[in-house]
Amino acid sequence: MAITSPSERIWWKQPIARIELIWIIVAFIWGLIMFFMMIYWHGAGEQNLSNEAYKITPVRFAEKAQTMIDEYTVRQENGFPVVRPPPGSDVYLIARLWQWWPILELEKDQSYRLHLSSMDWQHGFSLQPVNINIQVHPGYDMVVTVKPDQAGEYGVVCNEFCGIGHHNMVGKIYVVE
Amino acid sequence: MAKTAEFRTCPTTGLKVDLTAERLIKANAVVAVVFLAIGGLFGLLVALTRWPAVHFLPADWFYLALTAHGFDVLLVWIIFFEMAVLYFASAVLLGSRLAGPKFAWAGFVLMLVGALITNVAVLRGQSSVMFTSYVPMMAEPSFYLGIILFAVGALIGVFVFFGTLVVAKQEKTYEGSIPLVTFGALTAAIIAVFTIASGAIILIPTLLWSLGFISYIDPLLYKTIWWGMGHSSQQINVAAHVAVWYAIAAMVFGAKPLSEKVSRMAFLMYILFLQLASAHHLLVEPGMSSEWKIFNTSYAMYLAVLGSMVHGMTVPGSIEAAQRARGLTKGMFEWLRKAPWSNPAFAGMFMSLVFFGFIGGISGVVMGTEQINLIMHNTIYVPGHFHGTVVAGTTLAFMSITYLLVPLIFRRELMFKKLAQWQPYVFGIGVAGISMFMMGAGTLGVARRQWDMTFADAQLPFDYPSAAFLMMGLNGMAAVMAAVGGLMFIVVVVGSVFFGRKLGIDEKPSYPEVPPQASESLSHYGSAEKLHIPGTVMLVSIFFIAFVLYYFVNWKYLSEVWPLS
Ligand code: HEM
Ligand SMILES: [Cu+2]
Ligand SMILES: [Cu+2]
Repeated sequence: MAITSPSERIWWKQPIARIELIWIIVAFIWGLIMFFMMIYWHGAGEQNLSNEAYKITPVRFAEKAQTMIDEYTVRQENGFPVVRPPPGSDVYLIARLWQWWPILELEKDQSYRLHLSSMDWQHGFSLQPVNINIQVHPGYDMVVTVKPDQAGEYGVVCNEFCGIGHHNMVGKIYVVE
Repeated sequence: MAKTAEFRTCPTTGLKVDLTAERLIKANAVVAVVFLAIGGLFGLLVALTRWPAVHFLPADWFYLALTAHGFDVLLVWIIFFEMAVLYFASAVLLGSRLAGPKFAWAGFVLMLVGALITNVAVLRGQSSVMFTSYVPMMAEPSFYLGIILFAVGALIGVFVFFGTLVVAKQEKTYEGSIPLVTFGALTAAIIAVFTIASGAIILIPTLLWSLGFISYIDPLLYKTIWWGMGHSSQQINVAAHVAVWYAIAAMVFGAKPLSEKVSRMAFLMYILFLQLASAHHLLVEPGMSSEWKIFNTSYAMYLAVLGSMVHGMTVPGSIEAAQRARGLTKGMFEWLRKAPWSNPAFAGMFMSLVFFGFIGGISGVVMGTEQINLIMHNTIYVPGHFHGTVVAGTTLAFMSITYLLVPLIFRRELMFKKLAQWQPYVFGIGVAGISMFMMGAGTLGVARRQWDMTFADAQLPFDYPSAAFLMMGLNGMAAVMAAVGGLMFIVVVVGSVFFGRKLGIDEKPSYPEVPPQASESLSHYGSAEKLHIPGTVMLVSIFFIAFVLYYFVNWKYLSEVWPLS
């Protein structure tokens, strides 16, 4: 029994039943498939993180964002600037207690280099209803090249707990034709 | 240690039981259950708040309760119970005296004091940082101090376990190799050493930081090392509850492992392929390369997962073989249909096995896939997944073995037998419900650790789909069921332990039924040539098909979101 010492003293010399062996082999091959699937997706799939990231101070990141906001703001909405940067450009989204700043307006089927960083604590970039989720740290500038493929109005929810206003931290991204 | 240990002989198993070890097992188990009750209550409050129609707690209390829930159940309940498991698997199963009982008591006191300090810190309201306490969000110093003391206490307990193995070996209290269950506990203990070391490496500087002696802790570094503790502690839980599965199979059926070699190798995989850097918590963080993520989540071939999949066959397989040897050989499933479903130790253990595999296991591997994590990270899918592992799996397994420990170790007759009989079903199904409904809501984007899914006070509006609200409502109902199941457990156990009829010195408990000593023929069915376990093969095949389908369905979901690179 499992709660007593093995009844065969030399248990490591006992043969393994065929069915156990088969299952071990099946599980092992499945593990390999899952491993190669991730690599395969880097080549064939369209959803991969570039893992491009830089150390940056919050002040420096805010400056870069402000430059973009100054140049490309097209209107105001609820006190937020709505910024429409040119396709292909570097786009900055500030996470801070408790806002995603500014509102972005992107063009469908165009690529943008989206930069994410926090001014204070950690936040969670959660693009809805697409459901893309990326962790945002203070001190790191994470760059993701995004290519919105459907026009519409998207919410950016914060899904990393960031204090008492966490549930009020909502941002917006417009995707236009 | 001049004083020699005192023993009694167990009338059911004939094992020599060190009375000090017995007292330690009782103390650790009782404290564990008390914290399960407290933490479970917080869990209920959290779930009621996340039920949109109820929205029970105000925001600040919600985040406080969530911090307390995570700490009290995940750390305090589980680790106290694991201490009891370690002492049981060493001193009791090996019929040995416990090494250094004074140290064991010191460890117990440290853990208790630490748990209380952290709870007080949380209840004071300035430490609602979640049990993960990600920097730069800061808690009161005593929050970290309590966790550190708790961890030191646990480390002492782990070394007492190692010491006991040495003592038993030297004093030749057993012949041959240690039992499989002890081996499983040993893997858990080895992982615990690594876990607690990671915890110390990160929490001691964090304590100094909260006291103002250190000015900066890198948030990414913190997370990497913190999950060195947080992740590997989950591997402890898995090793411990798998050991408990084997123990229950042995105690209820007299089941013998199909192959000692295979089962032990599977345990060893947990140590060898422990994800040291806990990469799957860092899949969408800045600054980690894909090579690093892929290699570390899988170590190229998912060998720790392989370990669990092997146990997933050998545990039910050993039960099937034992049942068939008793003559329950009709069809594929007579052995399972005629299993003692009214014995809560078995019912709970079997549900733990099934839910851990189907709910917790599959979702964990899928979510831990580098790219798929993008559509799940930090959504409420994540708590859905780990209520499948650590609640439906570990907690339910620990509850089940408690039904055997009450008569065997506490020497009390189980009270409220009807309640006990239903308890695993109510709790198990409730927990399976919360796991799956949270996973469903997470798939629809709902954030975890979030007080208001309507965003009523946000500057910009946003609405989740109505299906998400439905899921969270169902989650609330399932949570009530789980909480009722938890309460039933507390009532049965606390009632029996304090008020149950004391068993006489030589009295064998009549309930739950424990089988007669395995007959000679039974202890040899495991031999490879005639192993016949078609029912288990069927169950494992269903599991495998579900796994493969669910895995690829999620790649399909992923392929539908915005292209990213
Ligand atoms: C009556 C039983 C339980 C219920 C109803 C319950 C419910 C919940 C709910 C609704 C959440 C919150 C999800 C969120 O908003 O992010 C949660 C979080 C959590 N639960 Fe439970 N739970 C129960 C038992 C347990 C047990 C026994 C454990 C551990 C063994 C556990 C471990 C956790 C952990 C670690 C978290 C995450 C806390 C955090 O995000 O910081 N739960 N639970
Ligand atoms: Cu935030
Ligand atoms: Cu937040």
